[in-house]
Amino acid sequence: MRTAQEILQAAQAFAEEELRPQAGAFEAEEEIPREVIRRLAQQGFLAASFPVQYGGLALDPVEYGLFTEEIGKACNSMRELITVHTSLVGESLLRWGTPAQKEHWLPKMARGELLAAFALTEPDVGSDARGVRTTYVKTEEGFLLQGRKKWISFADIADLFLVIASDAQTGEVTAFLVERSQTGVSTTKMSGLLASKASHLAEIDLHDVVVPHENVLGRIGGGFSYIVNSALDHGRYSIAWAGVAIAQESLNAMATYARTRRQGGKLICEYDAVQALLADAHVQLQAARALCLSVGRLRKDKHHEAMIQTSIAKVFTSKMAMKVATDAVQVFGGNGFSNQYPVERLFREAKVLEIIEGTSQVLQPVIAQQVLRTCHHRGAEA
Amino acid sequence: MTTMEEQIRSFIKSNLVVFAGDAVFTDDDNIFELGYVNSLFAMQMLSYIENEFALTVDNDDLVISNFATVTNIATLIRKIQGSQSA
Repeated sequence: MRTAQEILQAAQAFAEEELRPQAGAFEAEEEIPREVIRRLAQQGFLAASFPVQYGGLALDPVEYGLFTEEIGKACNSMRELITVHTSLVGESLLRWGTPAQKEHWLPKMARGELLAAFALTEPDVGSDARGVRTTYVKTEEGFLLQGRKKWISFADIADLFLVIASDAQTGEVTAFLVERSQTGVSTTKMSGLLASKASHLAEIDLHDVVVPHENVLGRIGGGFSYIVNSALDHGRYSIAWAGVAIAQESLNAMATYARTRRQGGKLICEYDAVQALLADAHVQLQAARALCLSVGRLRKDKHHEAMIQTSIAKVFTSKMAMKVATDAVQVFGGNGFSNQYPVERLFREAKVLEIIEGTSQVLQPVIAQQVLRTCHHRGAEA
Repeated sequence: MTTMEEQIRSFIKSNLVVFAGDAVFTDDDNIFELGYVNSLFAMQMLSYIENEFALTVDNDDLVISNFATVTNIATLIRKIQGSQSA
Protein backbone atom coordinates (compact mmCIF):
# COMPACT_ATOMS: atom_id res chain seq x y z
CA MET A 1 0.00 0.00 0.00
CA ARG A 2 1.34 3.41 -0.97
CA THR A 3 1.96 6.06 1.66
CA ALA A 4 0.15 9.39 1.46
CA GLN A 5 3.41 11.01 0.40
CA GLU A 6 3.79 8.53 -2.46
CA ILE A 7 0.20 9.14 -3.55
CA LEU A 8 0.73 12.90 -3.55
CA GLN A 9 3.90 12.48 -5.61
CA ALA A 10 2.01 10.28 -8.07
CA ALA A 11 -0.76 12.89 -8.29
CA GLN A 12 1.83 15.57 -8.96
CA ALA A 13 3.43 13.46 -11.70
CA PHE A 14 0.06 12.67 -13.27
CA ALA A 15 -0.91 16.33 -13.20
CA GLU A 16 2.40 17.31 -14.76
CA GLU A 17 2.31 14.73 -17.53
CA GLU A 18 -1.38 14.27 -18.32
CA LEU A 19 -3.22 17.39 -17.22
CA ARG A 20 -1.24 20.63 -17.25
CA PRO A 21 -0.11 20.36 -20.91
CA GLN A 22 -3.69 19.72 -22.03
CA ALA A 23 -5.75 21.88 -19.68
CA GLY A 24 -6.11 24.65 -22.25
CA ALA A 25 -7.06 22.18 -24.97
CA PHE A 26 -9.69 20.56 -22.73
CA GLU A 27 -11.19 24.00 -22.21
CA ALA A 28 -11.10 24.86 -25.91
CA GLU A 29 -12.67 21.54 -26.88
CA GLU A 30 -15.13 21.75 -23.98
CA GLU A 31 -14.49 18.25 -22.74
CA ILE A 32 -12.09 16.05 -20.86
CA PRO A 33 -11.58 12.89 -22.94
CA ARG A 34 -12.84 9.72 -21.23
CA GLU A 35 -9.45 8.14 -21.79
CA VAL A 36 -7.80 10.73 -19.54
CA ILE A 37 -10.45 10.15 -16.87
CA ARG A 38 -9.87 6.40 -17.23
CA ARG A 39 -6.15 6.85 -16.62
CA LEU A 40 -6.90 9.07 -13.61
CA ALA A 41 -9.17 6.35 -12.21
CA GLN A 42 -6.50 3.69 -12.77
CA GLN A 43 -4.36 5.54 -10.24
CA GLY A 44 -7.20 5.49 -7.72
CA PHE A 45 -7.58 9.27 -7.95
CA LEU A 46 -11.37 9.15 -8.28
CA ALA A 47 -11.50 7.64 -4.80
CA ALA A 48 -8.66 9.36 -3.01
CA SER A 49 -10.62 9.81 0.22
CA PHE A 50 -12.49 6.48 0.12
CA PRO A 51 -11.46 3.67 2.48
CA VAL A 52 -9.34 0.91 0.98
CA GLN A 53 -12.21 -1.58 1.28
CA TYR A 54 -14.07 0.35 -1.43
CA GLY A 55 -11.05 0.71 -3.68
CA GLY A 56 -9.96 4.06 -2.29
CA LEU A 57 -6.61 5.51 -1.30
CA ALA A 58 -7.70 6.32 2.26
CA LEU A 59 -6.28 9.85 2.33
CA ASP A 60 -7.28 11.76 5.44
CA PRO A 61 -8.85 15.22 5.02
CA VAL A 62 -5.54 17.08 5.17
CA GLU A 63 -3.94 14.74 2.63
CA TYR A 64 -7.04 14.87 0.45
CA GLY A 65 -6.84 18.66 0.45
CA LEU A 66 -3.21 18.56 -0.67
CA PHE A 67 -4.18 16.03 -3.35
CA THR A 68 -6.96 18.34 -4.55
CA GLU A 69 -4.46 21.16 -4.81
CA GLU A 70 -2.12 19.07 -6.99
CA ILE A 71 -4.87 18.20 -9.46
CA GLY A 72 -6.44 21.67 -9.30
CA LYS A 73 -3.20 23.48 -10.09
CA ALA A 74 -2.91 21.60 -13.36
CA CYS A 75 -6.54 21.36 -14.48
CA ASN A 76 -9.49 22.98 -12.77
CA SER A 77 -12.05 20.90 -14.66
CA MET A 78 -10.46 17.62 -13.59
CA ARG A 79 -10.42 18.96 -10.03
CA GLU A 80 -14.10 19.74 -10.50
CA LEU A 81 -14.76 16.12 -11.45
CA ILE A 82 -13.09 15.03 -8.24
CA THR A 83 -15.12 17.58 -6.27
CA VAL A 84 -18.47 16.29 -7.51
CA HIS A 85 -17.65 12.60 -7.92
CA THR A 86 -15.56 12.02 -4.80
CA SER A 87 -16.43 14.83 -2.39
CA LEU A 88 -20.10 15.52 -3.04
CA VAL A 89 -21.44 12.12 -4.06
CA GLY A 90 -18.78 9.71 -2.77
CA GLU A 91 -18.48 11.24 0.68
CA SER A 92 -22.28 11.41 0.93
CA LEU A 93 -22.54 7.71 0.15
CA LEU A 94 -19.83 6.95 2.69
CA ARG A 95 -21.60 8.93 5.39
CA TRP A 96 -25.25 8.17 4.71
CA GLY A 97 -25.33 5.06 2.52
CA THR A 98 -26.52 1.67 3.67
CA PRO A 99 -23.91 -1.13 3.63
CA ALA A 100 -25.57 -2.46 0.45
CA GLN A 101 -25.44 0.95 -1.26
CA LYS A 102 -21.79 1.39 -0.37
CA GLU A 103 -20.87 -2.08 -1.62
CA HIS A 104 -22.80 -1.53 -4.82
CA TRP A 105 -21.71 1.97 -5.80
CA LEU A 106 -18.41 2.93 -4.24
CA PRO A 107 -16.10 0.30 -5.84
CA LYS A 108 -17.52 1.15 -9.28
CA MET A 109 -17.00 4.84 -8.59
CA ALA A 110 -13.46 4.15 -7.42
CA ARG A 111 -12.63 2.24 -10.60
CA GLY A 112 -14.20 4.94 -12.75
CA GLU A 113 -16.69 2.45 -14.15
CA LEU A 114 -19.29 5.05 -13.38
CA LEU A 115 -19.04 8.76 -12.86
CA ALA A 116 -21.28 10.53 -10.37
CA ALA A 117 -22.78 14.03 -10.31
CA PHE A 118 -24.58 16.01 -7.61
CA ALA A 119 -27.95 17.28 -8.82
CA LEU A 120 -29.19 20.01 -6.48
CA THR A 121 -29.50 23.29 -8.41
CA GLU A 122 -32.35 24.11 -10.77
CA PRO A 123 -33.24 26.89 -13.20
CA ASP A 124 -34.72 28.93 -10.32
CA VAL A 125 -33.02 27.41 -7.28
CA GLY A 126 -29.41 27.71 -6.11
CA SER A 127 -27.83 25.99 -3.13
CA ASP A 128 -30.90 26.30 -0.86
CA ALA A 129 -32.29 22.78 -1.02
CA ARG A 130 -35.48 23.79 0.79
CA GLY A 131 -36.63 25.50 -2.39
CA VAL A 132 -36.12 22.69 -4.91
CA ARG A 133 -39.01 22.23 -7.31
CA THR A 134 -38.10 18.75 -8.46
CA THR A 135 -40.73 16.64 -6.75
CA TYR A 136 -41.25 13.04 -5.71
CA VAL A 137 -44.33 11.00 -4.96
CA LYS A 138 -44.16 7.67 -3.20
CA THR A 139 -45.69 4.81 -5.18
CA GLU A 140 -45.73 1.03 -4.84
CA GLU A 141 -42.97 0.66 -7.42
CA GLY A 142 -40.79 3.34 -5.88
CA PHE A 143 -40.60 7.13 -5.97
CA LEU A 144 -41.87 9.02 -8.99
CA LEU A 145 -39.58 11.98 -9.76
CA GLN A 146 -40.40 14.99 -11.91
CA GLY A 147 -38.29 18.06 -12.48
CA ARG A 148 -35.36 19.77 -14.06
CA LYS A 149 -31.86 20.29 -12.72
CA LYS A 150 -29.41 22.87 -14.06
CA TRP A 151 -25.72 23.76 -13.72
CA ILE A 152 -24.83 20.17 -12.85
CA SER A 153 -21.11 19.60 -13.33
CA PHE A 154 -20.30 16.44 -15.33
CA ALA A 155 -23.98 15.63 -15.75
CA ASP A 156 -23.41 15.32 -19.48
CA ILE A 157 -21.28 12.21 -19.01
CA ALA A 158 -22.18 11.02 -15.50
CA ASP A 159 -23.80 7.62 -15.01
CA LEU A 160 -25.17 8.27 -11.53
CA PHE A 161 -26.90 11.34 -10.14
CA LEU A 162 -27.50 12.20 -6.51
CA VAL A 163 -30.79 14.02 -7.00
CA ILE A 164 -32.30 16.29 -4.36
CA ALA A 165 -36.09 16.48 -4.56
CA SER A 166 -38.98 17.53 -2.36
CA ASP A 167 -42.16 15.68 -1.45
CA ALA A 168 -44.95 16.96 -3.68
CA GLN A 169 -47.29 17.10 -0.68
CA THR A 170 -45.21 17.93 2.39
CA GLY A 171 -42.18 19.64 0.89
CA GLU A 172 -39.84 17.34 2.82
CA VAL A 173 -36.50 17.07 1.05
CA THR A 174 -35.03 13.66 0.20
CA ALA A 175 -31.94 12.47 -1.69
CA PHE A 176 -32.18 9.81 -4.42
CA LEU A 177 -29.57 7.84 -6.33
CA VAL A 178 -30.74 8.03 -9.94
CA GLU A 179 -29.04 6.18 -12.79
CA ARG A 180 -28.76 7.69 -16.23
CA SER A 181 -30.05 4.42 -17.68
CA GLN A 182 -33.41 4.81 -15.95
CA THR A 183 -36.38 5.58 -18.18
CA GLY A 184 -37.22 9.29 -18.21
CA VAL A 185 -33.71 10.59 -17.52
CA SER A 186 -32.11 12.80 -20.15
CA THR A 187 -29.40 15.45 -20.16
CA THR A 188 -28.63 18.49 -22.30
CA LYS A 189 -25.11 19.83 -22.36
CA MET A 190 -24.72 23.51 -21.47
CA SER A 191 -22.52 25.83 -23.49
CA GLY A 192 -21.58 29.50 -23.62
CA LEU A 193 -20.12 29.39 -20.11
CA LEU A 194 -17.56 31.78 -18.66
CA ALA A 195 -15.41 28.92 -17.37
CA SER A 196 -15.59 25.22 -16.48
CA LYS A 197 -16.11 24.61 -20.17
CA ALA A 198 -14.50 21.18 -19.90
CA SER A 199 -16.62 20.24 -16.90
CA HIS A 200 -19.44 18.76 -18.97
CA LEU A 201 -22.12 20.92 -17.31
CA ALA A 202 -25.62 19.87 -18.25
CA GLU A 203 -29.25 20.18 -17.45
CA ILE A 204 -30.99 17.01 -16.30
CA ASP A 205 -34.58 16.37 -17.22
CA LEU A 206 -36.43 13.95 -14.95
CA HIS A 207 -39.70 12.94 -16.54
CA ASP A 208 -41.76 10.30 -14.70
CA VAL A 209 -38.61 8.64 -13.39
CA VAL A 210 -39.37 5.72 -11.07
CA VAL A 211 -36.60 5.39 -8.49
CA PRO A 212 -36.52 2.12 -6.50
CA HIS A 213 -37.00 2.36 -2.74
CA GLU A 214 -33.49 1.05 -2.17
CA ASN A 215 -32.07 4.08 -4.00
CA VAL A 216 -33.09 6.56 -1.31
CA LEU A 217 -29.96 7.92 0.37
CA GLY A 218 -30.43 8.45 4.08
CA ARG A 219 -33.85 8.89 5.58
CA ILE A 220 -36.94 10.07 3.75
CA GLY A 221 -37.17 13.76 4.62
CA GLY A 222 -33.56 13.89 5.82
CA GLY A 223 -32.28 15.41 2.62
CA PHE A 224 -31.88 19.00 3.69
CA SER A 225 -30.63 18.94 7.26
CA TYR A 226 -28.20 16.11 6.74
CA ILE A 227 -27.47 15.00 3.16
CA VAL A 228 -27.34 18.37 1.39
CA ASN A 229 -25.66 20.22 4.23
CA SER A 230 -22.94 17.61 4.59
CA ALA A 231 -22.50 17.17 0.82
CA LEU A 232 -22.08 20.91 0.31
CA ASP A 233 -19.70 20.97 3.25
CA HIS A 234 -17.51 18.38 1.51
CA GLY A 235 -17.82 20.37 -1.71
CA ARG A 236 -16.81 23.60 0.01
CA TYR A 237 -13.73 21.96 1.46
CA SER A 238 -12.73 20.88 -2.01
CA ILE A 239 -13.42 24.36 -3.41
CA ALA A 240 -11.36 25.95 -0.65
CA TRP A 241 -8.38 23.92 -1.83
CA ALA A 242 -9.26 24.71 -5.44
CA GLY A 243 -8.75 28.37 -4.56
CA VAL A 244 -5.30 27.58 -3.20
CA ALA A 245 -4.58 25.61 -6.37
CA ILE A 246 -5.59 28.36 -8.80
CA ALA A 247 -3.77 31.01 -6.79
CA GLN A 248 -0.58 28.93 -6.65
CA GLU A 249 -0.73 28.24 -10.37
CA SER A 250 -1.33 31.93 -11.03
CA LEU A 251 1.56 32.94 -8.79
CA ASN A 252 3.87 30.43 -10.46
CA ALA A 253 2.86 31.77 -13.87
CA MET A 254 3.36 35.42 -12.97
CA ALA A 255 6.71 34.83 -11.25
CA THR A 256 7.94 32.84 -14.25
CA TYR A 257 6.77 35.52 -16.67
CA ALA A 258 8.17 38.36 -14.59
CA ARG A 259 11.61 36.70 -14.59
CA THR A 260 11.73 36.57 -18.40
CA ARG A 261 9.74 39.52 -19.70
CA ARG A 262 11.75 42.68 -20.38
CA GLN A 263 10.33 46.19 -20.48
CA GLY A 264 12.22 49.50 -20.37
CA GLY A 265 15.54 47.74 -20.51
CA LYS A 266 15.08 45.45 -17.53
CA LEU A 267 13.13 42.43 -16.40
CA ILE A 268 9.69 43.38 -15.14
CA CYS A 269 10.37 41.49 -11.87
CA GLU A 270 12.88 44.23 -11.09
CA TYR A 271 10.11 46.84 -10.89
CA ASP A 272 8.81 47.60 -7.39
CA ALA A 273 5.21 47.60 -8.59
CA VAL A 274 5.49 44.03 -9.92
CA GLN A 275 7.30 42.85 -6.79
CA ALA A 276 4.47 44.28 -4.71
CA LEU A 277 1.97 42.16 -6.65
CA LEU A 278 4.14 39.05 -6.28
CA ALA A 279 4.68 39.59 -2.57
CA ASP A 280 1.05 40.31 -1.84
CA ALA A 281 -0.08 37.22 -3.75
CA HIS A 282 2.44 35.08 -1.85
CA VAL A 283 1.28 36.44 1.52
CA GLN A 284 -2.39 35.86 0.69
CA LEU A 285 -1.69 32.39 -0.62
CA GLN A 286 0.29 31.35 2.45
CA ALA A 287 -2.55 32.53 4.67
CA ALA A 288 -5.10 30.62 2.60
CA ARG A 289 -3.09 27.41 2.67
CA ALA A 290 -2.62 27.68 6.44
CA LEU A 291 -6.37 28.16 6.83
CA CYS A 292 -7.13 25.12 4.67
CA LEU A 293 -4.64 22.97 6.59
CA SER A 294 -6.20 24.08 9.86
CA VAL A 295 -9.67 23.21 8.57
CA GLY A 296 -8.37 19.87 7.32
CA ARG A 297 -7.19 19.01 10.82
CA LEU A 298 -10.59 19.96 12.28
CA ARG A 299 -12.25 17.71 9.71
CA LYS A 300 -9.85 14.90 10.53
CA ASP A 301 -10.89 15.23 14.18
CA LYS A 302 -14.58 15.42 13.16
CA HIS A 303 -14.80 18.63 15.19
CA HIS A 304 -18.23 20.27 15.31
CA GLU A 305 -16.67 23.60 14.25
CA ALA A 306 -15.32 22.04 11.06
CA MET A 307 -18.35 23.00 8.96
CA ILE A 308 -18.32 26.70 9.78
CA GLN A 309 -14.56 26.84 9.45
CA THR A 310 -14.85 25.15 6.06
CA SER A 311 -17.27 27.86 4.92
CA ILE A 312 -14.85 30.51 6.14
CA ALA A 313 -12.02 28.87 4.21
CA LYS A 314 -14.14 28.62 1.07
CA VAL A 315 -15.07 32.29 1.20
CA PHE A 316 -11.51 33.39 1.89
CA THR A 317 -9.66 31.24 -0.62
CA SER A 318 -12.09 31.86 -3.47
CA LYS A 319 -11.79 35.63 -2.98
CA MET A 320 -8.02 35.31 -2.62
CA ALA A 321 -7.79 33.21 -5.81
CA MET A 322 -9.77 35.83 -7.73
CA LYS A 323 -7.42 38.56 -6.51
CA VAL A 324 -4.24 36.62 -7.29
CA ALA A 325 -5.49 35.53 -10.72
CA THR A 326 -6.47 39.13 -11.48
CA ASP A 327 -3.00 40.31 -10.50
CA ALA A 328 -1.48 37.58 -12.62
CA VAL A 329 -3.33 38.91 -15.67
CA GLN A 330 -2.06 42.37 -14.72
CA VAL A 331 1.56 41.19 -14.64
CA PHE A 332 1.12 39.57 -18.05
CA GLY A 333 -0.25 42.84 -19.41
CA GLY A 334 -1.64 42.48 -22.93
CA ASN A 335 -0.57 38.85 -23.03
CA GLY A 336 -2.75 38.17 -19.99
CA PHE A 337 -5.66 39.03 -22.18
CA SER A 338 -4.95 36.16 -24.53
CA ASN A 339 -5.85 32.50 -24.25
CA GLN A 340 -2.35 31.76 -25.51
CA TYR A 341 -1.31 32.20 -21.87
CA PRO A 342 -2.80 30.19 -18.97
CA VAL A 343 -3.56 33.14 -16.71
CA GLU A 344 -6.51 34.08 -18.91
CA ARG A 345 -8.10 30.71 -18.09
CA LEU A 346 -7.10 30.86 -14.43
CA PHE A 347 -8.74 34.29 -14.14
CA ARG A 348 -12.04 32.90 -15.44
CA GLU A 349 -11.82 29.74 -13.35
CA ALA A 350 -11.16 31.69 -10.16
CA LYS A 351 -14.43 33.57 -10.55
CA VAL A 352 -16.45 30.37 -10.50
CA LEU A 353 -15.14 29.47 -7.05
CA GLU A 354 -16.90 32.48 -5.54
CA ILE A 355 -20.20 31.16 -6.88
CA ILE A 356 -20.38 27.37 -6.65
CA GLU A 357 -21.35 25.36 -3.53
CA GLY A 358 -23.02 28.48 -2.12
CA THR A 359 -21.96 31.97 -3.14
CA SER A 360 -19.86 34.02 -0.77
CA GLN A 361 -22.97 36.10 -0.10
CA VAL A 362 -24.97 33.01 0.89
CA LEU A 363 -22.26 31.92 3.32
CA GLN A 364 -21.59 35.32 4.87
CA PRO A 365 -24.73 35.45 7.08
CA VAL A 366 -23.81 32.13 8.68
CA ILE A 367 -20.29 33.37 9.28
CA ALA A 368 -21.65 36.64 10.67
CA GLN A 369 -23.78 34.65 13.12
CA GLN A 370 -20.64 32.98 14.40
CA VAL A 371 -18.98 36.39 14.77
CA LEU A 372 -21.93 37.67 16.82
CA ARG A 373 -21.79 34.55 19.00
CA THR A 374 -18.09 34.45 19.63
CA CYS A 375 -16.50 37.86 19.16
CA HIS A 376 -18.50 40.20 21.41
CA HIS A 377 -17.47 41.55 24.80
CA ARG A 378 -19.31 39.51 27.46
CA GLY A 379 -21.72 41.42 29.65
CA ALA A 380 -21.96 44.40 27.26
CA GLU A 381 -25.35 43.44 25.81
CA ALA A 382 -27.98 46.19 25.64
CA MET B 1 -20.88 17.15 38.19
CA THR B 2 -22.29 18.28 34.86
CA THR B 3 -25.31 16.33 33.69
CA MET B 4 -25.82 15.28 30.08
CA GLU B 5 -28.68 17.75 29.81
CA GLU B 6 -26.44 20.58 31.03
CA GLN B 7 -23.78 19.65 28.49
CA ILE B 8 -26.31 19.68 25.67
CA ARG B 9 -27.88 22.92 26.86
CA SER B 10 -24.46 24.55 27.00
CA PHE B 11 -23.68 23.45 23.45
CA ILE B 12 -26.98 24.78 22.16
CA LYS B 13 -26.47 28.09 23.97
CA SER B 14 -23.05 28.46 22.37
CA ASN B 15 -24.68 28.09 18.95
CA LEU B 16 -27.72 30.33 19.26
CA VAL B 17 -28.40 32.76 16.44
CA VAL B 18 -30.55 35.16 18.45
CA PHE B 19 -28.53 37.91 20.04
CA ALA B 20 -30.92 40.13 21.99
CA GLY B 21 -30.18 38.35 25.26
CA ASP B 22 -33.73 37.07 25.67
CA ALA B 23 -33.25 33.65 24.08
CA VAL B 24 -34.53 31.51 26.91
CA PHE B 25 -35.61 27.92 26.39
CA THR B 26 -36.57 25.01 28.55
CA ASP B 27 -35.38 21.45 28.13
CA ASP B 28 -38.59 20.71 26.22
CA ASP B 29 -38.68 23.73 23.91
CA ASN B 30 -38.19 23.03 20.20
CA ILE B 31 -35.10 25.08 19.32
CA PHE B 32 -35.70 24.76 15.58
CA GLU B 33 -39.29 26.02 15.76
CA LEU B 34 -38.17 28.89 17.99
CA GLY B 35 -35.68 29.92 15.30
CA TYR B 36 -32.85 29.78 17.80
CA VAL B 37 -30.39 27.90 15.54
CA ASN B 38 -29.45 28.06 11.86
CA SER B 39 -29.65 25.50 9.07
CA LEU B 40 -26.19 24.10 9.79
CA PHE B 41 -27.01 23.33 13.38
CA ALA B 42 -28.49 19.88 12.81
CA MET B 43 -25.17 18.67 11.38
CA GLN B 44 -23.17 20.51 14.03
CA MET B 45 -25.21 18.90 16.78
CA LEU B 46 -24.80 15.49 15.17
CA SER B 47 -21.01 15.94 15.00
CA TYR B 48 -20.95 17.18 18.57
CA ILE B 49 -22.83 14.29 20.14
CA GLU B 50 -21.03 11.65 18.06
CA ASN B 51 -17.68 13.09 19.13
CA GLU B 52 -18.51 14.09 22.68
CA PHE B 53 -20.30 10.88 23.60
CA ALA B 54 -18.29 8.55 21.34
CA LEU B 55 -21.25 7.05 19.55
CA THR B 56 -22.70 6.72 16.07
CA VAL B 57 -26.21 7.84 15.24
CA ASP B 58 -27.94 5.54 12.74
CA ASN B 59 -29.76 7.00 9.76
CA ASP B 60 -33.02 5.76 11.26
CA ASP B 61 -32.52 8.07 14.24
CA LEU B 62 -31.84 11.13 12.11
CA VAL B 63 -35.29 12.54 12.63
CA ILE B 64 -35.16 16.25 13.30
CA SER B 65 -37.46 15.84 16.32
CA ASN B 66 -34.75 13.76 18.01
CA PHE B 67 -32.54 16.86 17.97
CA ALA B 68 -35.17 19.52 18.57
CA THR B 69 -35.15 19.65 22.39
CA VAL B 70 -32.60 19.09 25.13
CA THR B 71 -34.74 16.27 26.53
CA ASN B 72 -35.05 14.52 23.18
CA ILE B 73 -31.33 14.73 22.47
CA ALA B 74 -30.47 13.30 25.88
CA THR B 75 -33.03 10.52 25.40
CA LEU B 76 -31.52 9.64 22.03
CA ILE B 77 -27.98 9.57 23.43
CA ARG B 78 -29.02 7.31 26.31
CA LYS B 79 -30.87 5.00 23.93
CA ILE B 80 -27.82 4.65 21.67
CA GLN B 81 -25.45 4.23 24.60
CA GLY B 82 -27.73 1.48 25.92
CA SER B 83 -27.89 -0.35 22.60
CA GLN B 84 -24.16 -0.01 21.86
CA SER B 85 -23.14 -1.29 25.30
CA ALA B 86 -25.62 -4.18 25.18
